[in-house]
Amino acid sequence: MLYREAGQFKTSYEADQSIFPIMQDRWGIAAILAFAFLAMPFLASEYFFRAVMIPFLILALAAIGLNLLVGYCGQISLGTGAFMAVGAYAAYNFAIRVPELPHLVTLLLAGGVAAVVGLLFGIPSLRIKGLYLAAATLAAQFFIDWLFSRVKWFTNYTPSGSVAAPQLNIFGWVPDAPSEKYLLCLGFVTVFALVAKNLVRSRIGRSWMAIRDMDIAAEIIGIRPMHAKLSAFAISSFIVGVAGALWGFVHLGSWEPLAFSIDRSFSLLFMVILGGLGSILGCFLGAAFITLVPIFLNQVLPELGIKLDTATVSHLEFMIFGALIVVFLIAEPHGMARLWQVGKEKLRIWPFPH
Amino acid sequence: MLSVNNIEVIYNHVILVLKGVSLTVPEGSVVALLGGNGAGKTTTLKAISNLLRAERGEVTKGSIEHLGEAVHQLSPNDLVRRGVIQVMEGRHIFGHLTVEENLLTGAFTRKDGAAAIRADLEKVYGYFPRLKERRKSQAGYTSGGEQQMCAIGRALMSRPRMILLDEPSMGLAPQLVEQIFETVRTLNERERVTFLLAEQNTNVALRYATYGYILESGRVVLDGDAQALRSNEDVKEFYLGLSGSGRKSYRDVKHYKRRKRWLS
Repeated sequence: MLYREAGQFKTSYEADQSIFPIMQDRWGIAAILAFAFLAMPFLASEYFFRAVMIPFLILALAAIGLNLLVGYCGQISLGTGAFMAVGAYAAYNFAIRVPELPHLVTLLLAGGVAAVVGLLFGIPSLRIKGLYLAAATLAAQFFIDWLFSRVKWFTNYTPSGSVAAPQLNIFGWVPDAPSEKYLLCLGFVTVFALVAKNLVRSRIGRSWMAIRDMDIAAEIIGIRPMHAKLSAFAISSFIVGVAGALWGFVHLGSWEPLAFSIDRSFSLLFMVILGGLGSILGCFLGAAFITLVPIFLNQVLPELGIKLDTATVSHLEFMIFGALIVVFLIAEPHGMARLWQVGKEKLRIWPFPH
Repeated sequence: MLSVNNIEVIYNHVILVLKGVSLTVPEGSVVALLGGNGAGKTTTLKAISNLLRAERGEVTKGSIEHLGEAVHQLSPNDLVRRGVIQVMEGRHIFGHLTVEENLLTGAFTRKDGAAAIRADLEKVYGYFPRLKERRKSQAGYTSGGEQQMCAIGRALMSRPRMILLDEPSMGLAPQLVEQIFETVRTLNERERVTFLLAEQNTNVALRYATYGYILESGRVVLDGDAQALRSNEDVKEFYLGLSGSGRKSYRDVKHYKRRKRWLS
């Protein structure tokens, strides 16, 4: 009734190929963007920005990058944390060694370095698939962890091995208040989500999906697996690298190699799986689930009126979080994005279901 | 033996595939389920063997009865124990097992001892001598026809009373198709196995079946004795590619397009 495209006629190819072909979707997205950009900076508290929105946005960005690789091109990667680390350390080194560079360029260059590293570690994917590839990308994680903790040059010979990022300065704008940092992240996420959405609707995105669905059939109709797979690795690592740089510069400020350990890789992979493989919306849903639910539980459990000590609360948090993951996967193995899609289909035929 | 009463199947809560299909399969018959692509043949078979849940499908209306008992809450393996087994489209043999091991997996639900299973194995080899020659080779490396024989043979090993056969002719040479249908007939006559077969190849299917149902977009549009269906003008025209006057010239096709009576 409310969500129905009846009467929305498309009279041009542009209208037919628009990202959100249904008017209700366009209004919805516009409303969300307007709220996020215009209202949010004045409404939320400093804590909410620092603990909730900024990590959520940056991880959503990294999840978009990973989803391009895993969800769209079908190449499982366990090295996401490593590629984030490459982005963060590359940005750090560019920032302190070439301080003349504008910081926006530094962040993008960091993504470029991550793309090159991702490309290198993507080369095995030309020969191996599935779980074996996952094992090969695990090598990237271990190697890069080792590299940044042992080779002192990358950390600028700081004795402790942890590095402190210089204050960002984007063409004169110094985002140091939490709301400004939030806006910076939001800008990055919006641009990259748009780019990713368009990429997967384009020729290159279709070649990725063809490789994912059946690589032999894709090869036989003329898609070059090398181009498709390596471009997926490069573009995915680029976005992940930028997310890593933001994570270091905006969220953490100073960090040590442990910040990008294999835990990060796993949690990003789970975001993508829970949110929905092969869906940009899924990246946001998955990132929201993985980052927000623990915080939510942490806040809500003590307020239930039951006297619990903090250790019990954190144990309960883990247990409930784990149970929720299982429940979600049983309810919808294809992720939350699929749940939303089925919901939309139901809305279309509501109130007259089959 | 089996009756399907007015079932409706919805995939994923939103896609309506079967819109009220009813059919009965009497004991000892060969019933053919015919229709074009996407008509709902496979879905009907899967609804009977309860494989829909794995594909997020659901029987929302109607009932399925086997020997007078409702079976649509049973699991696929309960059905195998009851003697109803499905041979899926596309073979699905176990590629890493040998042909013989594949056949032996079919006897998984049986409790009547190794000797009886041995005897049945020999019987399957009797029907498909080719399988005996290849018994020790890995099933993944056998040809398509051999794999299809292996799949049917595997189903036979469970000593079924009824086999749901999905697209046995897919991707096979016409000669092999003929051979497989001959086996179906022999099994039906000698072992009194009942068959419900979904098939695109209307011509072959109607020659071997006793009764036929024609599905179109999730509904049964026509049913009758195989003989009657074969001589039905509409079936001839739309499914057998024949018209009353023998071969047709393309000019006629252009000018005169006959409508299917049941669509309107």
